[in-house]
Amino acid sequence: MKIVVLVKEVPDTYGDRKLDLQTGLADRAASETVLDEISERALEVALAYADSHADTEVVVLSMSPESAAATVRKGLAMGAAAAVQVVDEALLGADLGLTAEVLAAALRRIGFDLVIAGNQSTDGSGGVLPAMIAEHLDVPNATSLNSVEIADAEVRGERATDHGTMQVTASMPAVISITEALPDARFPNFKGIMAAKKKPFETLSLADLDIDAETTEASRSIVISLGEKPPRTAGTKIVDEGDAGERLAEYLVQNRLA
Amino acid sequence: MTDYSADSILVLLDVTPSGALSKSAAGLLGAAAEVGTPVALIVAAAGEGEQQAQDAAALGATHVIVAEHAAAGTELTVPGADALAAAAELVRPDAILVSNSIEGREIAARYAARSRSGLAVDAVGVARDAEGVVARHSVYGGAYNVDSAVTWGAPVITVREGSIDARAEAKPASIERLEVAASGRKAAVTGALEEEVVASSRPDLRGAAKVVSGGRGLGSEDKFVLVDQLADVLGAAVGASRAAVDAGYVPQSHQVGQTGVSVSPQLYIALGISGAIQHRAGMQTAKTIVAINKDGDAPIFEIADFGIVGDLFTVVPQLIAALEARKA
Repeated sequence: MKIVVLVKEVPDTYGDRKLDLQTGLADRAASETVLDEISERALEVALAYADSHADTEVVVLSMSPESAAATVRKGLAMGAAAAVQVVDEALLGADLGLTAEVLAAALRRIGFDLVIAGNQSTDGSGGVLPAMIAEHLDVPNATSLNSVEIADAEVRGERATDHGTMQVTASMPAVISITEALPDARFPNFKGIMAAKKKPFETLSLADLDIDAETTEASRSIVISLGEKPPRTAGTKIVDEGDAGERLAEYLVQNRLA
Repeated sequence: MTDYSADSILVLLDVTPSGALSKSAAGLLGAAAEVGTPVALIVAAAGEGEQQAQDAAALGATHVIVAEHAAAGTELTVPGADALAAAAELVRPDAILVSNSIEGREIAARYAARSRSGLAVDAVGVARDAEGVVARHSVYGGAYNVDSAVTWGAPVITVREGSIDARAEAKPASIERLEVAASGRKAAVTGALEEEVVASSRPDLRGAAKVVSGGRGLGSEDKFVLVDQLADVLGAAVGASRAAVDAGYVPQSHQVGQTGVSVSPQLYIALGISGAIQHRAGMQTAKTIVAINKDGDAPIFEIADFGIVGDLFTVVPQLIAALEARKA
């Protein structure tokens, strides 16, 4: 079984995240970057399966700037057997459509029985790439899963929907995405970190994937204007002297909020 | 054959498991009416969908297409994408609007990938300029406003639930049935839906006008009841910080923040929440923010319109009593 896990480097949500007002791109220098927590959980699903099924190969795949290589390598340290990073200047500011095409092309090249992704990244939080990739690859999407059960020829799980949960089943090859309900990932240990240095790490360009980022055959989403909202400012702050509840009630009533 | 206006906006409406139009329908049709002529699309099994089509007209759809797909309700995402493709071919719209619900955005995703259309997700509004329909976004927890457009063709735009206040005028029902041929794309098979048990008559967190949220400061699952009590007095939805969810006080579905639900209510009351950036990202677009916290240095006070430094276990019961006294 070959499992490819899609991983993403994101700004650490415990810091302030910024957009560059000139380019409209995420300002990657403005905050610490980390391997997205939901990517780690997705990798954990694959590694947990590999722990009990010896004949399993886990590959991590990322489309990211060159600077993200160290973050992708963390996937190797956690236990993936190989890593593939798609790096190309022409991908700077790539929209969802181009990103999906690139990841689908990379997946075709790598080969897979199962693709596992997080349901939503913590930065873009679009929640659409797994379904887009599944469409390009003509495989089922079993997405937004709270639980995952991988069998020989199919993958099953409980899907979180907008109205409740339902069981979904997909025959493999398939693309699945998982929610935060799946377990936390393991930490890379020293042995894993050392072993990661010897594992295959392939870097692909758009030419390797035969993709033209500038093609006019596909319509692209572009940013046409961008503005920073003024930060909120603090209003009234009082220290409770025994009547704060009363005063808050009055404030809510005066502002027609109660 | 119906003639569709040149400025048609195709709107895919979600249907709930009980067969009603999803609450997002009114906002989607309202947004569509602001930039063109709303044409609603409802995906249904053969012979179904009549009532939803009537309801869509009442919410402002000038025309309603009921797309019949043999696998509707048994296959995931693909039937919706097939229906959208068939309807778009028919209507040739200026834009396609879909709810940013899990189901909606995945249908939009498959359709956009198939048709190679430009996809804009999680819009909080739409507008029209000389070049076409523009999607408005609020990103990084509301810190930035971003407008996006597509390089050509009709944009596919998913719209954040509860973000649109505009409503369209009711229209006479003009309903058409469209038989959709299956694309044959491989799909996952769905089982029976287990509906989420709604604990009370409290409003949904998404789209709620008022939200009362509790954090680690509540101290335990039992004491979290105080959040519920205040919410009920105000008719508010119940939210929570990630810390409260991780501590097991409330289910994850109540989590407000970067990883969780983003809310923009009229009133947001944060009880015992310090206000980590992760949490603020999900609520700082609220019109009015009230915070009660023991720690006067908690970052939540930096964005609170009304902040109380004090013990929530004395302030909140007093607040509840005062509000109830005013009601009586």
